[in-house]
Amino acid sequence: MASLEHSVAPPVSDHAATSTGLPSLKLAMWLFLASDCLLFGALISTYVLYRGASTTGPFPADVFDIPFTSVSSFVLLASSLTMVLALAAIQRGDVGRSRVWLLATALLGMAFLGGQVYEFTSFVREGLTLKTNVFGTSFYVLTGFHGTHVAVGVLMLLTLFTLSFAGKITQDSAMTVELVGLYWHFVDIVWIVIFTVVYLIPTGNPGAGG
Amino acid sequence: MVLGLVALAVVAVACAPNATQSTLEPKGPYAQKSYDLFVPVFWVAVGIFVIVEGLLLLFVIRYRHRKNQTARIPAQVHGNTRLEIAWTILPTLILAGVAVPTIATIWDLAAKPTGDVLEVNVLAHQWWWEFDYPDQKILTANELHIPTGRPVYVTLCAVGFGYGTPVPSQGGPPAPNACQTGPPDGQPPAAIGAAVIHSFWVPELAGTQDVVPDLTNHLTIQADEPGVYEGQCKEFCGLSHAYMKFKVVAHTPADFERWVAEQQAPASPDVSGDAAAGKEIFLQTCTACHAVAGLETANGQPAIANGGPNLTHLMSRQCFRGCTLEVNDENLARWIADPRSVEAGSFMPDYGLTSDQIDQVVAFLNTLE
Amino acid sequence: MASVSVPAERPGGLLRRPHATTGWWSWFTTVDHKKIGILYGITAFGFFLIGGSEALLIRVQLARPDQTFLEPAVYNELFTMHGITMVFLVVMPLSAAFFNYLLPLMIGARDVVFPRLNAFSYWAFLFAGLFIYSSWFLGGAPNGGWFGYAPNSVTDPSVGMTFYAIGLLIAGIASTVSAVNLAVTVLNMRAPGMTLFRMPVFVWMGLVVQLLLAFSLPVITIGLTELLFDRLFGTHFFDVAAGGSPVLWQHLFWLFGHPEVYILVLPAMGIVSEILPVFARKPLFGYQFIVFSGIAIGFIGFGVWAHHMFAVGLGPVANTAFAVSTMIIAIPTGVKIFNWLGTLWNGDLRFATPMLFSIGFIAMFVIGGLSGVTHAVVPSDYQQTDTYYIVAHFHYVLFGGAIFGLFGGIYYWWPKVFGRMLSETWGKLNFWLMLIGFNMTFGPMHILGLQGMPRRIQSYPASLGLSFWNMVSSIGAFVIAISVLVFLINAISSFRKPKQMEADPWDARTLEWATSSPPPEYNFEEIPVVHSLDDLWHRKYAETEGGRVVPVAAGGSGETPSAGEHAGGDGGAGHGAGHAIHMPSPSYFPLIAAAGFPIVGYGLIFGRPAIVLGLVITLAGFFGWAMEPSSE
Repeated sequence: MASLEHSVAPPVSDHAATSTGLPSLKLAMWLFLASDCLLFGALISTYVLYRGASTTGPFPADVFDIPFTSVSSFVLLASSLTMVLALAAIQRGDVGRSRVWLLATALLGMAFLGGQVYEFTSFVREGLTLKTNVFGTSFYVLTGFHGTHVAVGVLMLLTLFTLSFAGKITQDSAMTVELVGLYWHFVDIVWIVIFTVVYLIPTGNPGAGG
Repeated sequence: MVLGLVALAVVAVACAPNATQSTLEPKGPYAQKSYDLFVPVFWVAVGIFVIVEGLLLLFVIRYRHRKNQTARIPAQVHGNTRLEIAWTILPTLILAGVAVPTIATIWDLAAKPTGDVLEVNVLAHQWWWEFDYPDQKILTANELHIPTGRPVYVTLCAVGFGYGTPVPSQGGPPAPNACQTGPPDGQPPAAIGAAVIHSFWVPELAGTQDVVPDLTNHLTIQADEPGVYEGQCKEFCGLSHAYMKFKVVAHTPADFERWVAEQQAPASPDVSGDAAAGKEIFLQTCTACHAVAGLETANGQPAIANGGPNLTHLMSRQCFRGCTLEVNDENLARWIADPRSVEAGSFMPDYGLTSDQIDQVVAFLNTLE
Repeated sequence: MASVSVPAERPGGLLRRPHATTGWWSWFTTVDHKKIGILYGITAFGFFLIGGSEALLIRVQLARPDQTFLEPAVYNELFTMHGITMVFLVVMPLSAAFFNYLLPLMIGARDVVFPRLNAFSYWAFLFAGLFIYSSWFLGGAPNGGWFGYAPNSVTDPSVGMTFYAIGLLIAGIASTVSAVNLAVTVLNMRAPGMTLFRMPVFVWMGLVVQLLLAFSLPVITIGLTELLFDRLFGTHFFDVAAGGSPVLWQHLFWLFGHPEVYILVLPAMGIVSEILPVFARKPLFGYQFIVFSGIAIGFIGFGVWAHHMFAVGLGPVANTAFAVSTMIIAIPTGVKIFNWLGTLWNGDLRFATPMLFSIGFIAMFVIGGLSGVTHAVVPSDYQQTDTYYIVAHFHYVLFGGAIFGLFGGIYYWWPKVFGRMLSETWGKLNFWLMLIGFNMTFGPMHILGLQGMPRRIQSYPASLGLSFWNMVSSIGAFVIAISVLVFLINAISSFRKPKQMEADPWDARTLEWATSSPPPEYNFEEIPVVHSLDDLWHRKYAETEGGRVVPVAAGGSGETPSAGEHAGGDGGAGHGAGHAIHMPSPSYFPLIAAAGFPIVGYGLIFGRPAIVLGLVITLAGFFGWAMEPSSE
C-alpha cells in the first residue's frame, strides 16, 4: 500500500506503490512546475504587452548587451548538462562524482546570477531602474523572479552537496537529485524563453510613447 | 428673459414624475436595443425556471418516503444515455438561438452612428462629470444637455485632478486626444493625478461603457422625448463613488440651440457690491482650478479649467457636487466652507475663508447665469 | 524500506520532536488530515460569522435611503472585507476542510501524501487571514473592493490595499501548495482497485478544484505582486502616464477570478452529488456525465474570464467570443442539474437536513445559473453590470449554491467527524430560516439592479424608488443571521450528547462510512480493496435475478468492512489491532515556516528589518522540516 515515508533529506524510496506508478514527489514536482509555467507566463505576458509602451527611455536597445547575456545564458545551459551528469553519477552509485557535478552546477548557477547582478548594476548606471519606465518595471520583475528561482535552486544544490558528505545522498535516494534536477532544467528552459522574448526579439518601435 | 424660459422648461421637466434610473423604461433607441434583447431572454429563463423547479418540486412530492409505506430500495438506475444527449443538445439549441441576436446587437451598438450626430467628450473625474462639446466650444459639468431625436456620440475619458491638456472646446487637440492623459510633449506627467476607472450610465438612454484611463471608449445615447434622465457612475472609483451622479437633460432641437447659445456667451462682467468683492476672491483663489469664460486670472491669463468644473454658467444648472446638491446659496456656502465634510476625500481645498468672504463669493457665483 | 536513523539537525537545537496526538497542544503540531480539516472548518466558520456581521452592517446602512450610519470610508472597507472574507477566508477554506478530512478516507488512504505540507497550508491560511484583519487596527482595512481594480487600488492613500495584496499572496501560497498536495494524493494514494472511475464524485470535484487552483493562482500571484510593487516600490505596472495599463490588472485578476468561482462551487456540487444518492436510496444518475461535466467546466472556465469585462471596451470581437464561451459553459452546468433530478426521480426520498440543503442547493443554483445566462447577453449586460442584479446572481450561486451545499455537508458528515448527530429539529429550523432569509435578502436585489441601483454605493437617494426592496432585503439579512444562530445552537448542543456513533448511520455508499465515527488516527484497520463505484453500498446490498436490491447478510458472500480483503503487508498497513501502523509524526516546523510570512508582510509595510526576520524564520522552518524524518 502507498507509503508515507518521504522527506527531502532522509532517502526516499522509489519502490513505494502508488496508484499511477509515479513516485509522489516526482508527480508533485511536475505539478508544481506546471503551475510555475503560468507564473512565468503571466510575467512574460506583462512584458510583451508593455513592449514599446514606455513613454521615456532608456529603451532595450540602449542598454542590452546581447553578447554578454549570451555568454551567461550559455553558462546556465551548461549547468543543465552538469546537472544531468550529477544525476547519472548518483544513479550509478558514484557519490563522489555526483558531488562534483552538483557543485559544478551550483557554481555555474552562481556565475549566472553573478552575471545578472553585473548586468543589472550596469543598467542602473545607465539610468534604468524599477521606477524609470514600464520597460524597467516589467524587465526587472520578470528577470528578478527568474533569478530568485535560480537562487533557490542553487540553495538546494548546495544543500545536496553538503548532505552528500554526511552520507545522505545514496543510490537509493537518487530521486532527490532527480527532483532538484527537474526544477533546475525548468528554470533553465524558462530562461531560454525569457532570453528569446526579451533580448533577442527586437522591439519594433523602441519607446514610441503610450 | 430667454434664459428664464429655458430654466423654467428645465425645472418643469425635472419635476416630471418618472425621473428614474430604471433599465426597464427605455427612453431612446439605444436603451431600447438592450431592453429588446433582455425581455425575451428573461422569459425564456422564466420558462426554464418553471420547468426545472417544477420537476424538482414534482419529484420531491411524488417520491417522498411515506411513513406507512414499507421501506424499499428503488431500482438502482445508473443513467440514460439518450436523455444525456437530449439535455445536452436542447440547451445548446436554445443558447444558439439567444447567441445570434446577442452577437448582432453587440456589433450594432459598437458601430459609430451616422447622420446628424452630436459629439460630446465626457471627462470623468473623482467624483464629478465634465462635458466638453468640441464643435460648440462649450465646457460644462454635472448636466449633459442634448437635443432629442439625434444620436449623441460620447467619447469617454478618465482624467485625474489637474489634467494638463486643454480640452477640445478650449483650444486643445480633438478627440481621441481629448482622452490623452499624458501631457503634451515635453511637459512632466505630474499634472495628471489620479485618473481611475469610472463608468458612464444613464440607463433610460443606453447601457454603460466604462471610462478607462488608457482607453478611448465610446457610447451612443439618444433620447426620444424631452426630459431629465438620471445617471450615475457604476464602476467603483474611490471614496465618493456613491455620489458621482449626473443628469441628462434632453431638449427639443430648438430649445437645445437656445441652450447652446446661452452657454457660448461669456460671463457677464458687470458685478457690484458683494459680488464684486467675491469676484476678487474668486480670481485670487478659485481660478487655480475653476474656469469662467471671459474672466482673466490674477496674472492676466484666461482661466482654463484645471481640475474643477467650468463655472461660467453655474446658475443655469440645477445641481452641482456630482449632481447630488441643488444649486442654491446655502449649499454653495456649505460646500465652499468645508468641501471634505460634504464630499469624502474631496480634492477641493478648504481655503479657510471667513463666512463673510464666502457670502461674497456666493454672491458673485449668483451672477454666473 | 530503508529509513534513515541519523538524528535530524535542528537549528538552535531547541525543539524536540513532538509526539502527542491528543491534548490541546497537539492541535498546533498535528499533521493528521482529519485534525487539519477540523481546524480549517472552525477557522472558516469563525470568518463566516465575521463576514456575515460585515454584511449585516452593510444592510443596516442600506435599509433606508440617505442614511449616514456608516460614512463612505468605513462602508468601502466593509464591503471590501466582506467580499475578501467570504471568498478567501470562508468558502475556500470550508471546502478545504471537507477535502482535507474526506479525500483520504474516500479513496481508502491513511492520510494525504505530504502531511506536514498540509499543516503548513493551514497555518499559512490562518496567518493570512489574521494579517488581513489586523489592518483594521494598523491604519485601515482594504477599501478598494475585493476585485481591487487599478488604478484606484494603486493610488488610494490608505494602507489597506497593501494589506490586501500581501495577505492574498500568503493565502495563495497556502492554497497552491495544498492544491499540489491534494491532487497528488488523489492521483497516487487510492486504495487497490479504486480506478479513477470508481472514485466518488466528491473526489473527482476535489481533483478538478486542485488543478484549477494550481493553474489559476499563479496568475493572480503575479497580478498582486505587480499591484504591491506599484504601491510600495513606485513601479509602473498600472501607471497610465508611464504607458502602463489598468486593464492588465483586470485580465490578470479575472484569469484567476473566473476559475475561482468554480473553485468555490464545485466542492459543494461534489457534496450534493454524494448526499442525493444516499437519501434517495439509488445511485447518482449519470455518474460519468457528471464527472465529465465537472472536468469540462474546469477547462472552459479558463476561457470565459472577460465576461466580467464586457463594459471595459475590449471591442466587439472580444465581447462576442466571450459571450459565446460563457453560453457554452452553461451546458455542462445544466447537464449536472438534470442528472441530479434524475437521481431524485423514482427514489425513496427522505428529507433529513443534509437532503434539505442539497435540494435547496439545486433550487437556488438554478436561479443563479439562469440569471448568469442573462448576463451573457452582452448588450443587456451593459445595463446589468455593476448593479445589484449582478449581486443577486453571484449570491444565488455562492450562497444559495456553495454555502447551502457546504451546510448540507456539515450536517451529513458531522456524525462521522464528531461521533454525534446534529439535531434534526434544529436542523430543519436552520434550513427553512436560511432558505427564507436568503431569498428575502437576495431575491429583491434582482429588482433593485434592474431599477437602477449600482453596486458598491454607500447610500442611495430616496428619489430613485429603491427604498422598499432595500428594506425587505435588510430584514432578510437578519433572518439569515437568526438561522446561523440556530445552527450554532445545534452545533454546540450536539457536544452535550455522548460520543457514540455507528460507522454508517445514513446507510451510505462511500468508503468513509466503512470505518468508525470518528475514524481512528490511521483511518482504516485494513486498507480496503475496491471492486466498484460505491463499493461500500455493494458490500451491503446485492441485486437479485429480478433486479431487486436486497441486503447482503453480514459475513456472507459480500464483504463487510472489517473482514474484507486488505492490501498487502508492507508499508504502513498493519493487521488487525492497528498499533503496528506507523503514522507520520507531528511537527512544529510547518507552523514555524508559515509564521515567517506575515512577519515579512509587516516588514514590507512598516519596517524593512522585519522582512529579514520573517525570511530567517521561514527558512529555518523549511530547513528544520527538510532535515527531520517524516516520522520517528
